[in-house]
This record gives sequence, C-alpha cells and structure tokens, in this order.
Amino acid sequence: MSEILVDVKNLSKEYKRGGETLIVLDDLNLEIPKQDFLALMGPSGSGKSTLLNLIGGLDTPSSGSVSINGERIDQMNSKQLSNWRAGNVGFIFQFYNLLPVLTAQKNIELPLLLTNLSSSERKKHVETALSIVGLSDRSGHKPSELSGGQQQRVAIARALVSDPDILVCDEPTGDLDRNTATDILNLLKSLNEDHGKTILMVTHDPAAADSAKRSLHLDKGKLTT
Amino acid sequence: MKWFRQVLAVTNMNLLSITQRFGSSLVVIIGIAGSVAVMVSLLAMASGLQSTVEGTGEADRAMILRSGSSSELSSVISIEEANVMANAPGLRQLNNEPMIAFEVYTVVDLKKKGADDTSNLPLRGVDAMSFAVRPETKIIKGRNFEPGRAEIIVGRGAYDQYEGVELGNKVTFRNAAWTVVGVFSTDGDVHESEVWADVKVAQSAFQRGASTSNAIARLESVSSFDEFAIFIENDPRLEVKVENELDFYKNQASGVSGIINSFGYLVAIIMAIGSIFAALNSMYSAVSTRLVEIGTLRAVGFRGSSILAALMMESMVLALSGGLLGAGLAYVVFNGYTVSTLAGGTFSQTSFDFAVTGEIIMQGLILALIVGFIGGFLPALNAARQNITDALRSL
Ligand SMILES: Nc1ncnc2c1ncn2[C@@H]1O[C@H](COP(=O)(O)OP(=O)(O)O)[C@@H](O)[C@H]1O
Ligand SMILES: [Mg+2]
Repeated sequence: MSEILVDVKNLSKEYKRGGETLIVLDDLNLEIPKQDFLALMGPSGSGKSTLLNLIGGLDTPSSGSVSINGERIDQMNSKQLSNWRAGNVGFIFQFYNLLPVLTAQKNIELPLLLTNLSSSERKKHVETALSIVGLSDRSGHKPSELSGGQQQRVAIARALVSDPDILVCDEPTGDLDRNTATDILNLLKSLNEDHGKTILMVTHDPAAADSAKRSLHLDKGKLTT
Repeated sequence: MKWFRQVLAVTNMNLLSITQRFGSSLVVIIGIAGSVAVMVSLLAMASGLQSTVEGTGEADRAMILRSGSSSELSSVISIEEANVMANAPGLRQLNNEPMIAFEVYTVVDLKKKGADDTSNLPLRGVDAMSFAVRPETKIIKGRNFEPGRAEIIVGRGAYDQYEGVELGNKVTFRNAAWTVVGVFSTDGDVHESEVWADVKVAQSAFQRGASTSNAIARLESVSSFDEFAIFIENDPRLEVKVENELDFYKNQASGVSGIINSFGYLVAIIMAIGSIFAALNSMYSAVSTRLVEIGTLRAVGFRGSSILAALMMESMVLALSGGLLGAGLAYVVFNGYTVSTLAGGTFSQTSFDFAVTGEIIMQGLILALIVGFIGGFLPALNAARQNITDALRSL
C-alpha cells in the first residue's frame, strides 16, 4: 500500500449534554493512503460528519490522535488549525455553502485571500479551478443564478483552488437529483484519478459509494467494512 | 498583511449583504442619526450663544453694577454714586471728560415677526459717552436718536427679528410712543439684540428719576483695571462692584450655554443608549442569519479574529453612516439658524446663530462610533468564538 495520508489512532469523541455523555466515536482507528477515494457510510446520527470534521480540522477529539501527512492536527490550537485548513484541506458540503453575495469567481477566490498570491495570480488559479469543474462561462454569476449542480461545482472549485491534498465531502450529492449527482460523482472521481486528490466522502447513498475506491461503515462509534 | 486582507474581504462581503438586511440596518442608521442630530444641534446652539455673548466686551472696559445684582436689570446707581465714580483713577479721558457712561437698562415688549405674543427685549438708555466707550457701534441705517426726543435706534439683530421697527414707525413702550429712527450694529455682539434710546428720555419714561442702572467705563489701559476697581470697591460712598466687561459677558454666557451643553450631552447619551440596543439587536440578527457563512469562512481557513474585526467594521460603518447623516442633517437645518433665547441673568432675548463647528461634528461622529463599537462588539465576539461545527450545523 502507498504512503499514509490520514492516520487516525484510538480516536474518541463524546458530547456531554445535561449530565449524560454521548459517545459518538469510540476508540476508532483509520488509515487513509494517499490518492484514496473513501466513502464513509452509516445510519443518520452515527457520527459520520463528526469523524469528517475531526479529520478536516474543524473539531478536536476527546482523546486519540489525528495525523495528516505526519502532522498532529489534534494538538494544534485554533489559530494553527485555521492556517492548516487553509493550505491542506478542501471542504465540500451538502448545501454547497457558497456566500450568496459573492460571484462564483469571488467565492472560489476566498481561500486564496489567505495566501500571499497577487491578485493576478489568484485570478489565474481561479480560472484553472473553474475550468476543471467545467464552469468557465459562469464566473460572474451569483449562487442564486446557478442550479444546484452548478453551485456544487463552484463549491468544488473553491475546495480545489488552493490545491490541498485532501478533499472532505459531507454528502456532496445529498441535495441533488440522480443525474446531477452522477455528474458530480464523476467530477470527484476525475479529481481523484487525474489530479491525485485524496477524497473522503460521507454518503448514505450506495450508488454514490460505488464511485469510490472503497467504503467503510460507521455504526455505534466503530468502523466496519 | 494577510490578516488585513481577510478582514477586508469579509468586511466587503458583510457590507454587500447589508442590503439584504436593509430594514434592521436602517433602524440602526436612523437611530444613531437621531442621537447625533440632537446632540449636534444642542451643542451648536450652546456654542452659538457662547460665541455671541463671549464676543461682547473689551478687556479695557469695566462694567459697574450695584453690589449683589447679578444682572443689569436689577442694578441701580444713584446720581451721587455716579459723581464719585466719575472721579475714579484709571479712567481714560476724552476732551477732559472721564470715559464712563451711566446707562438705564430695562425691558420692553415687542412682537416678533410671525409670533402671536410679544416678547421681552432690552432697552438701553445711552448718551454720547456710551458711543465713545463702545467705538464699535455704528449706525447702519437711518440716523442716531436726537437727545431729548422719544426716538430709538434698533440693534441689527432685533431689527431682523421684530415686527414694526421699520424706520419712521412708532412703537409704544409703557404708554409712551417712540419713533424708530435708525439701526445700529456692534460687531455682532449682544447689543445688537437691544433697543437704544436717549438716557434722559428713558429715565423719565421709565420713572428712574436721576438714577441709572449701571455704568460702563473705558480705562486708560487693560492694566488700569485694578487701580480703578480698588478705588471703586473701597470707597464707602459706593455700593457697587466692578467687573471686567469681557468677564461679565463670559459669566452670563457660561451659565446658559453650560446648561444647554449638559442638556445636549444628556439627551444624546439617553438616545445613544437606545441606539446601542438597536445596533446590538441588528448585529445579533445579522450574525445569526450568517452563522453558516461564518462557519464556512472559518472552515476555509479564515481566522476568528478576522471575522470579529470584519463584523466590528460593519457595525462601525453602519454607525458612521448614521453619524454623518445626523450631523449633516443638523448642519443643513441649523447651521447659521438664528434664534433668540433667554439670556442668563436677564429676561431679555439675545439673538444668535447656531454654530455647527467642526469640533461639534467630530463629537457627534465619535458618539456614533462609540455606539457602533458597543453595539457591535458582543455579537461579533460571539460569532467569532462560535464553534465551527455548530455554526455549520445551524442550517
Ligand atoms: N455539538 C454537539 N453537541 C451534542 N451532540 C452532538 C453535537 N454534534 C453532533 N452531536 C451528536 O452526535 C451524533 C453524531 O452526529 P453526526 O456526526 O452529525 O452524525 P451523522 O453525520 O452520521 O448523521 C448525533 O447523535 C448528534 O446528535
Ligand atoms: Mg452528517
């Protein structure tokens, strides 16, 4: 097997609410090699998003470690995590999470504002990302002027634009019809195969999971194949 | 640099989205504009009054009033006292006559233009020496009154504000008819709100006998004041007090303009507290409708501190627009607006212009920014500290 990109060891996450402790992830281990395309399945409320957020550096574990490319992101403070996310991970959400007042072009440019790139360099990167997702002709459109599938493409371009190693996708086709979903899955597949992106995708759609190289199931805080 | 760029990008986005929250943003802007407009107008009123009244007087002139009188209206000086004072040291001489004028000061009633009721204005009985003591006095229309006749000249401010004071008109004060023969100016000071008549005629018309109200003296120099004042205040035949003319008017002004000032600040602060709540409310709702956006920006890598700064900027921009609107409104409506008010210590009306100065506008804008800062801080801090995963879930 090739080099390990994501290394999760003895990971637990619990939420305390009103004296009760809810164990969402229980002493979980997971290795994701570079250029993997892993689908994460499981019933609703099983902790898929929680695991994804921990790997994407949006949340910190109750115990255990998360290493990405050898870096212990579970030990970073909030500022370090912000900087780490800016350069290493791209997020794709079920409801696209585009900023409604910004054009596609400006939405995609957002992560680049955190880099030292000049505005002409940023523009070039945005154009590249737009052409990868096949939306070069829609750069001046606001999200409200785009279809769901197009909005998700813009969101994918935003996740890609700073060229991170890993894309984390939380039900990326959950809000799309079958045909559009297939287009998006094909796009993700090509990002994995042609652009070498490692992809971790949460879905509860078995058809979507088939696009991935492999799938794992999360249930009662544990991973199973 | 990078951080700054983050803040600018988020601020820009927030400002773009203000149009989507137009209603609540407008409430904040109007609330702040109102507080600032009220404060600026009241301070402008105080400063206008102050500069008019303080502009009255010269350092080498002295006002003499009866001891214990706080204003010219309640002061009385007898002819015996007048004779003693005329021999005081330190008085400037004009053709071998001491430059001290004994004047009658009373109030008369006239109707203001457009008003239903009459209001008080001061009538000053003066003689030739009064003009010599105040060389800034000029007849700008008509002629001076003739001694011994029931004629009046009207100050420029009073002329503009009162009805029936056209040249040649007759006005009635205490059942006696007076003819208006001229209009005078005194470089914009309080005397322009007065009516002047011959002191002898005034003494008989207002039953003063041989006594006058007060005296105004022109001294040899500014430094002669002490010599003059010590003589006057120590002479057992005199029951009077001496005040430098500048100080006299400054004290008259500071009481009233101080009250207007404090009132202006008080009202502005009460209104500002209201605006703070409006701003808080608007910013909380602005933030809560944008939690997902904020979570998304944080996920992309934007720092909490840049979110905080950008939300603060948004609140301050709203506040500043309100401040500019309010100050601009006050300026357009009130700057140069002429009003009369009861001057401190007398019942007479002094007319003056509102002065919306740069300093007052600055104070208004600072008030606006304080409101924006306080109103924006808690919601912004809350948003910046929000757990990212919770924010993203709040869809
Ligand atoms: N901030 C939180 N506080 C308390 N409980 C939470 C919180 N976030 C998630 N949970 C709970 O953790 C469990 C897993 O949530 P999630 O990871 O969103 O599941 P999934 O994505 O698999 O549907 C759910 O029971 C959810 O209610
Ligand atoms: Mg989920």
